[in-house]
Amino acid sequence: MNRTILDLWVGFFVAIGIVALLFLALKVGNLSSSNFAETYVLQAKFDNIGGLKVRGPVKSAGVVVGRVANIHFDPATYEAVVTMNLDTRYRFPKDTFASILTSGLLGEQYIGLDVGGDEKMLKAGDSIAKTQSAVVLEKLISQFLFNKASETPANK
Amino acid sequence: MPKLRELLVALGSRVTDRIWRLGFAARFLCMILVYSGQTFLRPQLLFREIWFSGVLSLIIIMVSGLFVGLVLGLQGYDTLQRYGSSEALGVLVALSLVRELGPVVAGLLFASRAGSAVTAEIGLMKATEQLKAMDMMAVNPMARVVAPRFWGGVIAMPLLAALFSMMGVFGGYLIGVVFIGVDEGAFWSQMQSSVDFREDVLNGIIKSFVFGIAVSLIAVFEGYDSIPTAEGVSRAITRTVVTSALAILALDFVLTSFMFRSL
Amino acid sequence: MPADNLVKISDLNFSYENRSILNGINMEFPRGKVVAIMGGSGCGKTTLLRLIGGQLRPSSGTVTVNGRVVHEMGHDELYGMRRRMGMLFQFGALFTDISVYDNVAFQIREHTDLSEELIHDLVMMKLNAVGLRGAHTLMPNELSGGMARRVALARAIALDPMLMMYDEPFTGLDPLSLGVIGQLIRKLNDALGATSLMVTHDIQESMLIVDYIYFMAEGRVVAQGTPDELRATKDPFVHQFLYAEADGPVPFHYPAGDYSADLLRVPARA
Repeated sequence: MNRTILDLWVGFFVAIGIVALLFLALKVGNLSSSNFAETYVLQAKFDNIGGLKVRGPVKSAGVVVGRVANIHFDPATYEAVVTMNLDTRYRFPKDTFASILTSGLLGEQYIGLDVGGDEKMLKAGDSIAKTQSAVVLEKLISQFLFNKASETPANK
Repeated sequence: MPKLRELLVALGSRVTDRIWRLGFAARFLCMILVYSGQTFLRPQLLFREIWFSGVLSLIIIMVSGLFVGLVLGLQGYDTLQRYGSSEALGVLVALSLVRELGPVVAGLLFASRAGSAVTAEIGLMKATEQLKAMDMMAVNPMARVVAPRFWGGVIAMPLLAALFSMMGVFGGYLIGVVFIGVDEGAFWSQMQSSVDFREDVLNGIIKSFVFGIAVSLIAVFEGYDSIPTAEGVSRAITRTVVTSALAILALDFVLTSFMFRSL
Repeated sequence: MPADNLVKISDLNFSYENRSILNGINMEFPRGKVVAIMGGSGCGKTTLLRLIGGQLRPSSGTVTVNGRVVHEMGHDELYGMRRRMGMLFQFGALFTDISVYDNVAFQIREHTDLSEELIHDLVMMKLNAVGLRGAHTLMPNELSGGMARRVALARAIALDPMLMMYDEPFTGLDPLSLGVIGQLIRKLNDALGATSLMVTHDIQESMLIVDYIYFMAEGRVVAQGTPDELRATKDPFVHQFLYAEADGPVPFHYPAGDYSADLLRVPARA
């Protein structure tokens, strides 16, 4: 009698513990949505990646289609080389345009893929040729001020 | 001058005493591992200890988790809405719980609730000669008493930490979505897109597992090593709670610097 | 005849942290007898029991149980030997988290694969032998000191040991319980065909039930003999002990320096 009640409680405890772990994995973490079953690798070179992080999302038309796998600096070209893992379900044309974008004004940065019209598709290991670097706020502001400064005399 | 020498001698003997105890604790862990086989062959013994360390800590862990989540919800909302990003509340609550607060606070509560109880139990068994009696009955106290309590704690701790985090997220949800009115969809979807399973959740579980090993080892060791008197046992209980707290915080720093060092 | 001795102790020395506790002990415990080891508190009696049980290692000399030297045994053999030993601890040392029934059943469950029905019968028999069959559902904290001692006795005899060891079985008991325990020790010894070894300082009670007595003081055997021989002896130590005189060969004072010097010395710190 005593033992079965004890077993019941232990069973209950272990069960809700596992439920909590599953909750953390599925509902809180993104185990269900982010871990693609099979992926292929693409590379892209950027002049400036801004605040892009490893495991940051790769989106096309706003849908997450992959994750950033690795970022490293290429000492030969002085460019950042970003390796991405993309879901094998999604194929992109050769002339796809990769740009580093920001979600919201101060949100996280991600890679956006804008699809081109080429009929040939990118294969695993290929590099995306056309890229646009991250917008660096300081550059943007200084450019803006510079433009303003050059405009002002003309207006007078 | 002789005062200084006395001081140095006292300091030296304290340090050597600590090192001696550390060595003994390491040997003790090896002995537990050697005698663990019997523990897993008799799950009934293990179940009793999971009940003792886990089930009996359920209420305190779940209630504390809920309150920590509620506070995180309030504080987080207050700070985030200044920057107009109150939808990120879910991210804030979930990340702080899963990465840090869940394992650490659950570990501290576990040490004071279950760890102290284990130390007291083993210490009193030693003080009343129950361990010696068991040894004389050809039943090894390491295998029969110490190892099951150790493994019971090691198994219970990650589950308790997960429960703590879950209750905390629920508390944050309660404050953020139900009371304040943050958009429910944004709350969950931002959380899911920012909390990574391997990077955050799994590392949190690893942390709680390591804390479970540390606290359980400290608890059984202090109990087994206690001076078999009323005062000795009460000191051992105090040491369990203090040492566990220090060990958890120090290990947390070490583990965090390993796990989240990458960009 | 050495074959007749279940336990034999030869030239046993034991010291702990450079403090000598036992010095050149020689004792023999014949099969089937109840032997008492007596002496003042702190004369090393309990240490002797732990040496026989193999919980301590002698500094030199040997303890032989059933023809085997205890400290030469490996772990398994030692545990095998302990299964055939029963030990009654000073305050019973019952497992406080389980009932009287489970306490007595503990060793049977740990060491045998008997069915629960059989264990039930065995436990009831053992409890009946100590007169506490009716108390099997109680928890140890519900027992009086004397009852706890009897339950511990039932637990110690659970596996019908060949050697019973009693560590101060009479301490803290009222005269009635004391007589009950004394009689139980004798009866159980004869019924089980065991050999009993009793460490005690209760002279009067043990004189009634034992076959042979060793007197110890400061880690040595100072006198020995049957109860009748000892009553007749002129030995001043035995005399002091038997008649409970405060001072004699066993000094009242713990060894100390000069009394007046101690009184005059100012303590280093209040």
